[in-house]
Amino acid sequence: MTDPPMMQSLTARVFGTVFAILVLGGVLVAVSIFWNGRQAARQSYDRILFGAASDIAESIRIQQGKPLVDLPVSAFELLAQAPEDRIYYAILDPGRDPITSVDARQTIEPPPRSAEPARFFDAELDGEPARFVQVTRRFTERDFSGAVDVIVGQTLRARQAMTTELMLNALLPMAAAGILLMAIAAFVVRSALRPLDALVSDLTGRDPYDLTPMPTDKLPRELQVMLSAMNRFMARLDGQIEAMRNLISDTAHQLRTPVAAIQVHAESATAEKDEAARHRALDRLLLRTSSLGKLLDQLLSRALVVHRTDSVARTPVDLREVALEVMDRDDSLALAPDKELRLVIGEKPVIVLADAFSLQEAARNLLGNALKYGKPPVSIGAGQENGKAVLWVHDCGTGPADDVIARLGDRFNRSTGSRENSTGIGLSIVSSVAAAFAGRVTITQDETGFRAALVFPSSQAHS
Amino acid sequence: MIRYLLAFLVAMSTPDRAPAQEAVTRIGAGATQVLLRSTTDIGILRPVIERFADLNPDLAITYEQWGSNTLFERSRDDCRGSGTQADAILSSAVQQMVWLVNAACAHPHRSTATLALPAIRRWRDELWGITIEPAVIAYNRTLLQGDDIPRSRFALLDAMRTRPRFFRNRIATYDIAESGLGYLFAHSDSLEATTFGALLEGFSRVDAVATCCSAEIIAGVAEGRYVIAYNVLGSYVLNSGSAEVGLIMPEDYTLLLSRAYMIPRGAAAKAEAIRLLEFLLTPEARTLLSRAGLFFEFEVGETGLSGSALRFIPLSPTLLVARDANRRNLLLDFWNDTFQRNVSP
Repeated sequence: MTDPPMMQSLTARVFGTVFAILVLGGVLVAVSIFWNGRQAARQSYDRILFGAASDIAESIRIQQGKPLVDLPVSAFELLAQAPEDRIYYAILDPGRDPITSVDARQTIEPPPRSAEPARFFDAELDGEPARFVQVTRRFTERDFSGAVDVIVGQTLRARQAMTTELMLNALLPMAAAGILLMAIAAFVVRSALRPLDALVSDLTGRDPYDLTPMPTDKLPRELQVMLSAMNRFMARLDGQIEAMRNLISDTAHQLRTPVAAIQVHAESATAEKDEAARHRALDRLLLRTSSLGKLLDQLLSRALVVHRTDSVARTPVDLREVALEVMDRDDSLALAPDKELRLVIGEKPVIVLADAFSLQEAARNLLGNALKYGKPPVSIGAGQENGKAVLWVHDCGTGPADDVIARLGDRFNRSTGSRENSTGIGLSIVSSVAAAFAGRVTITQDETGFRAALVFPSSQAHS
Repeated sequence: MIRYLLAFLVAMSTPDRAPAQEAVTRIGAGATQVLLRSTTDIGILRPVIERFADLNPDLAITYEQWGSNTLFERSRDDCRGSGTQADAILSSAVQQMVWLVNAACAHPHRSTATLALPAIRRWRDELWGITIEPAVIAYNRTLLQGDDIPRSRFALLDAMRTRPRFFRNRIATYDIAESGLGYLFAHSDSLEATTFGALLEGFSRVDAVATCCSAEIIAGVAEGRYVIAYNVLGSYVLNSGSAEVGLIMPEDYTLLLSRAYMIPRGAAAKAEAIRLLEFLLTPEARTLLSRAGLFFEFEVGETGLSGSALRFIPLSPTLLVARDANRRNLLLDFWNDTFQRNVSP
């Protein structure tokens, strides 16, 4: 805000540029008009000079071996077309001595003779700039031969007046057009920037905690791009805040009961006099504490999954590797060491654009549930089904109760919320991951058993 | 030493040229000196100048009357930087004034009054036509009467052809070699080639007299020494005061002259000269000039002249032709072939 160039409004900048372009254009056109006007004036008055000089040259005749000039009035009437200009004339004999001239004491040095019929040159006439022409007439008479030069010159007032007039005639309409263009430019710039003004006033009036998307309809395409980027950003921010809020409330909700239970167990263990009873109470305390640890694990894992799905870039992940990784993890075996576990994967890679860690967490939860509640043999696998990439866990049991399945999409399962070993959080992780990567959770129950699967759109890029 | 001597001689020689002026009149007793050189008789212009002096008591006007050719030569030399410059020049030989302006000898001035002048009475804002005077044929009323009075050049030609004895030695006109004004009229006539040649021929046949000076010519007409004076300024005829002298404005064409006023570039009292110019262009001065016969108010119909018969001699660079030495020599040769140089007794 302290940097002055940043203070300049968009309107001022656009308008300034338009103004600069118009002024620059105006100056260029004015220079060209001036140049053209001067050329036109020079040409027309040079013709008059040449006409007068030719007229005088025509009037020269040879009398008794000498050139004689009967100065024609018509030549001077021609020169008087420039009524305000002073005139010079001189007629020079072959030896360059004047036959006659306007003033015997005054000589204008002409350029050397050449083959050209008329030679124009600039010189001063009594301290005033003037334009001259020299016309040569060659005589070959019996008693006289040689070249007679006629020099006629005129000051430049009429030329300057004509240049000025031509310039004004061209410049005044141009200036008017320029002003009109400025007005149009001002109007166009203002109307083009009006949506931006509306946007600015919308943003200014907005509650800082309001993260709802801004309306993008009826806006120019350029602004829509900007605005949808901003809306996306606000949506992400909104999601993060929501996730954080959920985490806090979930954690509070989930932890309150177990911590209270631990306190009760600890108190009863402290209060118990009987050694055996105290031992039992301590065992229960230990059990509760380890189960609380697992619960915490799951809560944190879910928070991590929610965070990652929102913030980590998607990379191509092979679902077979995810399945393999999950099966190899010690904890799943530790959970149910006696149950049989199979891996069903094909030859071809099953690629989805996702986050490997989140997928593993989801798969681990599915597998954990199958091992805990399902009937062996339990199998985990990945493959292409109907053009979709699928990661599934299968057991031979009947699956959970229908109402649990129905509430699969919930954040967590409130009915089982008080139980620390709840599958609710696990399932909610699964559905979150599915939603994050444009996939879904499918449940199949038939005579072979129960199958829960994560179905994602297949990425063909790396398959 | 020699240089000083030369300077002294030059200084001494300057007053020697003073006799070139015909008369000097001083009007007004103010502190500021204004030198006006003119070809006009002070007798004619006096009321105008005196009125100006009354209106401007701070000025002391020196009015020098010159012959037009000597005035021109003096002014040209002044312009080239020798001698005392006039503060204003008023000359009837306008071709000489045009030449001076063309030689960048004049000081420009613009005002509403000067810009109101028609283009033919103004050149470069450095030369202004003050008066309007016709070139007329003066005649002796006793010797010529009724149908004998030639109303046009054609009538004059016919009269000379039919009565050569009567007109012999009794037609006068300016000596164009001596009089700049006479030369200007002859030049203007020569541009109307057809009658001019015939007229000179006619003058030659009756031994017309080419002489000097308006006053003498008019006096000659009044006395009956001349029957006709060709191409004299109407103002002199009107001012002669003689009932014997009649005035003809030729009906084929009548030349109109406007005495030209110029302020030399080197004038000492330019502001005062401008005041005089502005005064000369006022309606009051015009009335005074008109009364002196210097401002011919021509109204078509009144004079029996059609508008197209009035030929203004415009203040324009075309008059440079009249000043051209070669052309002048041709005209003078033509003239001299015609006239015997008669000196008036």
